[in-house]
Amino acid sequence: MAILESIKSLTELREKLKAKQAALSQKDNPQSTIQVKVTMATCGIASGSRPVYDFMKEELSKRNIPALVSQVGCMGFCYAEPTIEVTMPGKSPVIFGFVNTKKADEIIERFIRKGEVIDGVIPMNYETA
Amino acid sequence: MARQIRIALRNCGVIDPERIEDYISRDGYMALATVLTELSPEAVIEILKKSGLRGRGGGGFPAGLKWEITRKVQADQKYVVCNADEGDPGAFMDRSILEGDPHAVLEAMTINGYCTGASKGLIYIRAEYPLAVERLKTAMKQSREMGLLGNNILQTGFNFDIDIRYGAGAFVCGEETALIHSMEGLRGEPTVKPPFPSVEGYLKKPTNVNNVETFANVPVIINKGWEWFASIGTEKSKGTKVFALAGKINNVGLVEVPMGTTLREVIYEIGGGIQGGKEFKAAQTGGPSGGCLTKKHLDTPIDYDNLIAAGSMMGSGGLIVMDEDDCMVAIAKFYLGFTVEESCGKCSPCRIGNKRLFELLEKITQGNGTMEDIDKLRNLSTVIKDTSLCGLGQSSPNPVLSTIENFIGEYHEHVKDKKCRSKVCKSMMQYLVVPEKCIGCTLCARNCPVNAISGERKQVHLIDQEKCIKCGACMEKCKFNAIIIN
Repeated sequence: MAILESIKSLTELREKLKAKQAALSQKDNPQSTIQVKVTMATCGIASGSRPVYDFMKEELSKRNIPALVSQVGCMGFCYAEPTIEVTMPGKSPVIFGFVNTKKADEIIERFIRKGEVIDGVIPMNYETA
Repeated sequence: MARQIRIALRNCGVIDPERIEDYISRDGYMALATVLTELSPEAVIEILKKSGLRGRGGGGFPAGLKWEITRKVQADQKYVVCNADEGDPGAFMDRSILEGDPHAVLEAMTINGYCTGASKGLIYIRAEYPLAVERLKTAMKQSREMGLLGNNILQTGFNFDIDIRYGAGAFVCGEETALIHSMEGLRGEPTVKPPFPSVEGYLKKPTNVNNVETFANVPVIINKGWEWFASIGTEKSKGTKVFALAGKINNVGLVEVPMGTTLREVIYEIGGGIQGGKEFKAAQTGGPSGGCLTKKHLDTPIDYDNLIAAGSMMGSGGLIVMDEDDCMVAIAKFYLGFTVEESCGKCSPCRIGNKRLFELLEKITQGNGTMEDIDKLRNLSTVIKDTSLCGLGQSSPNPVLSTIENFIGEYHEHVKDKKCRSKVCKSMMQYLVVPEKCIGCTLCARNCPVNAISGERKQVHLIDQEKCIKCGACMEKCKFNAIIIN
């Protein structure tokens, strides 16, 4: 990363990154993709999110489903760890709880591939600043 | 449905904490840039003061005022310290912020450095948080590489750098003077205030100590304006508070709600209610320094002042929910046990007084208490609160006082009737065989670790109360519910 030399260069970088991020979620944008976020804070990792993260990363690419898998901090749903958030382009994010590799497989095959409604969804109950 | 608004946790679970680009895409470092290029230190402090942000570590001291005091002291070197020594049992909000959004803390500390005139920041973090440390280091490296930390930040000529100091996880080191001594390589013991750290702190230099969550709020306040922040919350407590919900609650987890949300909304609407549909009995806020809130407090708006009026405190935001199966005397004993362990031993009210409190509670839970003991608890608690050196001792009797205040009936039962209604205090219980139900299968006798159960096959068994250690193994094994607790 290059050194930011002024508030202007920071603002420009931010706009660039914002646009890139927005494009990821737009339905008809060629840049858009499926986004998978796996909670990887201490609590998530302790309850087994690392294998889920690895599984998602490997299996999505093996099964030829283009997706961006990333690690994030705690979403606050300790009771349901490991949790993952899946965002299909043009749709609202969906959070799944109690995800193990078996559940992850079901999420890939049924939710991501076929768009079916499956169990284990945690209602989103907050707004962010 | 009660709403959560996430300010301090705005990026937790949203961004990849190891990618500075993710943070920047969500307006990261914009507050710092604005502050460095457009605002004077005084103007920033004014914004903070108007926002009404108060310290989230527990005390609730106005953050802007603290910054102003540190600014006004003349010194050749000043320090900014981030208190990440999260020690309350059941509290983990600071860890979550550091692991999920480390840049927010770095950015706020840098802003603080600009306002107070400090060029050096220190994060005091417990060594038990290795992942948080790792992510902080990654974040610091990235922001240095981009010229957002270190020398000549954003080419404005402002220098500020941050270092990490490790704590060994002592509860008392969350107290700011003890924390500073620990950073200096001395024993983690508090000293009398004043002088406050803002005047004379780390290496005798003015030191601004704020908690992780307090810092995490700062960039948003700058970006969105104090008016926005002050519009959330109650009259004297602005913004939101993160709570770590734990105990007998369905949705254990982290929540961030506007100040003034009621306990009922937090427990029943956001927390999903009590486990197993049982009845709510109490909620402990403020950890070992706090008190319990009861059914009568369910509809009290939670803010700094209401909690103190209710005999508890905000603390760092641990919220432990208890149901009808919890014995309040045993709970008070549990917290005192923690305090006795964690007292640094420097002043005698805390070192000896808390030990005596613990012994009195032990006596009561063992069924040997007298009515005088309850009075002694009260008196001794007041003395400890009044005479202890630091916040640990000044608040450690709170669990005792608030359980006596709210659950005096349970204390009386333990003392007069030698009964524990929640069946927690084992010394007062007897495991008994119900003769009508026992078929003499011998299963209990075979599982008793101390051979306290006798009886022939197909005959009613008998538990020898002298030998019984009340482990409950017999009751667990019995398939006919023939063993009961009296």
